[in-house]
Amino acid sequence: MDALLALWDGAFGSPFAFWSATLVRATPLLLVGLAVALAFRSGVLNIGAEGQLIAGAIAATAFAHWLKAMPGIVTVPAMALSGMCAGAAWAGIAAWLRRRFGVLEVISTIMLNFIALALLSWVVRGPLQEPTGIYPQSRTIAAAAQWPFLLEGQRLHLGFALGLALAAGSWYWLTRTAGGFRVRVVGAGARAAASAGGVDVARTTFGVFLVSGACAGLAGASEVGGVTWALYEGISPGYGYTAIAVALLARLDPRWVVLSAVFFGALEAGAAAMQRDAGVPAVIVQVFVALVILGVLAGRQLTEHLRMQRSAARPEAA
Amino acid sequence: MSDGEALVLRDVRRTFGRTVALDGASCAVRRGTIHALLGENGAGKTTLMRIAFGLLAPEAGELRVQGAPVTLRSSRDGIALGLGMVHQHFMLVPAMTVAENVALGGSGRFDPKATAARITAIGRESGLVIDPTARVADISVGAQQRLEIVKALAHDARILILDEPTAVLSPAEAGELLQWLRRFADGGGTVVLITHKLRDALEYADDLTVLRLGRTVLAGARAGISEPRVVAALVGDAAAPAATRTGQQRGTPRAALRLTDFVPDPQDAPVLRLENVTYVDTRGVTHLRDVSLEVRAGEVLGVIGVEGAGQHELLRILAGRLEPTLGRAIRPPRVGFIPEDRLHDALIPELTLTENLALADSGQARGRLRWDALREATVSILREFDVRADGTEAPARALSGGNQQKFVVGRERRVASAALVAENPTRGLDFRASSRVLDEIANAAGTPAPAIVMHSSDLDEVLSVATRVVACFNGEVHEVARPADPTDRTPYARALLGVR
Repeated sequence: MDALLALWDGAFGSPFAFWSATLVRATPLLLVGLAVALAFRSGVLNIGAEGQLIAGAIAATAFAHWLKAMPGIVTVPAMALSGMCAGAAWAGIAAWLRRRFGVLEVISTIMLNFIALALLSWVVRGPLQEPTGIYPQSRTIAAAAQWPFLLEGQRLHLGFALGLALAAGSWYWLTRTAGGFRVRVVGAGARAAASAGGVDVARTTFGVFLVSGACAGLAGASEVGGVTWALYEGISPGYGYTAIAVALLARLDPRWVVLSAVFFGALEAGAAAMQRDAGVPAVIVQVFVALVILGVLAGRQLTEHLRMQRSAARPEAA
Repeated sequence: MSDGEALVLRDVRRTFGRTVALDGASCAVRRGTIHALLGENGAGKTTLMRIAFGLLAPEAGELRVQGAPVTLRSSRDGIALGLGMVHQHFMLVPAMTVAENVALGGSGRFDPKATAARITAIGRESGLVIDPTARVADISVGAQQRLEIVKALAHDARILILDEPTAVLSPAEAGELLQWLRRFADGGGTVVLITHKLRDALEYADDLTVLRLGRTVLAGARAGISEPRVVAALVGDAAAPAATRTGQQRGTPRAALRLTDFVPDPQDAPVLRLENVTYVDTRGVTHLRDVSLEVRAGEVLGVIGVEGAGQHELLRILAGRLEPTLGRAIRPPRVGFIPEDRLHDALIPELTLTENLALADSGQARGRLRWDALREATVSILREFDVRADGTEAPARALSGGNQQKFVVGRERRVASAALVAENPTRGLDFRASSRVLDEIANAAGTPAPAIVMHSSDLDEVLSVATRVVACFNGEVHEVARPADPTDRTPYARALLGVR
């Protein structure tokens, strides 16, 4: 009971807990969750968001240092854009392998995650290492390059606002535009999309793969610019993997990804507090997360089952 | 050649739901012979042989293998008795090697060396040489066919059943295979050849059995049967419409079993036109050879052909879903297409009807989608084509097959007014739904009336809607001249079988 209270307090107990812990943790999950949801909607199983996030973080850090004399109005967008491009490029490797050689993206993106991690640990010991050369991390980025906070006295930063905008944008794109509809039909029935609609399936999935990578790369930029202000090896505690759970819990709907990301952010923030205040290991929260996901999936199967039974019971007209 | 009976089926009956597939089917295969099993589409040839192999259980009738009455519970029992079946669609794992495919279905430890040695030995004995280490995906269709036979031989098969083995082969490969089967039979083996190709049967078989609508109508030694007799048995009483098997499941819904009279205005430019079209797929198999044809507004071109004769590719080229390898295809920018596999190729079952309408334009559409307009259009399709559905937002999978098909017809007529291509449009539909769909196709109105191409594996169905007919055989397409007696089906049946 104490543990649950500590969890709740750590996530929602105070304005600080909510605005500076929960939502800050939710920000990368929101961006990467959208990346995963978009890819999965088109049938692209991109589980390499982790690597794309790292690629984005590296590029954003490099740009922040390169443009250190520039004002924030230049540096911040440059970081965001370079992060997106790097993420898209990293995803683009897997997208190209799939299109050219039919390599399964499930395998290629996982492998690219390991390569991205290795690349990260090299750049923080090599080209981007801080000047003293003692610690495996980059120099802190210039104050102008640090992303603006959204609220006075809270750590919530621009990245979250971008995430919300992106969620709204993805939802609009998927439901209202021809391009988004193409993504949905390719994901729901690629053969019919090609045969009945004349959709270029390979091109569509390639495009979505890049967009997905760009979202994940933006998450990397937003972590460096808004939270850590420096690049180091543990920049992502597995956001790319948690985001898969975020997207699945949201049933791949961008609107629900927002809530789902906040939910996971709260659990992570609360878990830290629970460990600190109640002495319960944070791993317990992962057990809880797993139970929630299993519960949601089982519930969905059950409703589906009931609906099938109901429609089967109703006689059909010829 | 000994005269012992290798495989005997007597008075076999088998139904699928309310459809009677076999009733009174018999077949007696002598050891050391090639036995051709002939029949039109859906006559029950494959079903009968699946029963002989143990894949299906008969509801009534007798089965004897090598003289002893047997009951087969699965294909494993059939294999144990020395039967081997080569299916029309190969049962191979493309990513695996030849040796692995041969070992599949065996038991115990997989020893690649021993299996390879066995394959080499079989190759030496039988002449079916094949590289055991090659990946199945990398070898030719002819080699895959050989592999299927080697698989059966590796299980010591003495009775080989081949279902349309030459359908996918080039003429040279087919000739080689048939000669090999001849040698296999002369060496004491037994072959049952399921085939649509009358020529092959007449040339290579020792005995013939002809099935018609699930019943054996002719059987005997090849030497004692003339070609016209075989054709007559295949086609049945030419003047009478196809007998309905269960009263309402089978048979052609539309009454007129004759071509509709229609003479297009020769001044009209053709809507669809193929000039010397050849199509070769990515595996190097030629499906169409030098095909030229024209379809004008108001015409309904009936396409007939047995499976694998080239009509699948012909329809897709006419519909703009495939591009010819050689030659030219001239078509309107958009051709309506009703594919036979509607749940995979025409509709997305999980999406709503409105979304399935939007699907038709999804490749070209740009910018915002106007869902309001799409919804209205869906409403009018539901009304005009009498689609019974729970509104426009019902998922397509909630509709019955007939209503799904009516929706597809309505959608394709709407998005493409100049031309429509339909492939087995009544597949899986009951009698009433079939007649509705055929009516929609035959009476498609518009100004000018659309050019229509329609294929069905049911000859009667084609005759009931078409204004003229072409037949596909071995990738060649020829117009079938109208018989003097409009109710005479024989010329069409002969064209299907490749008899000129």
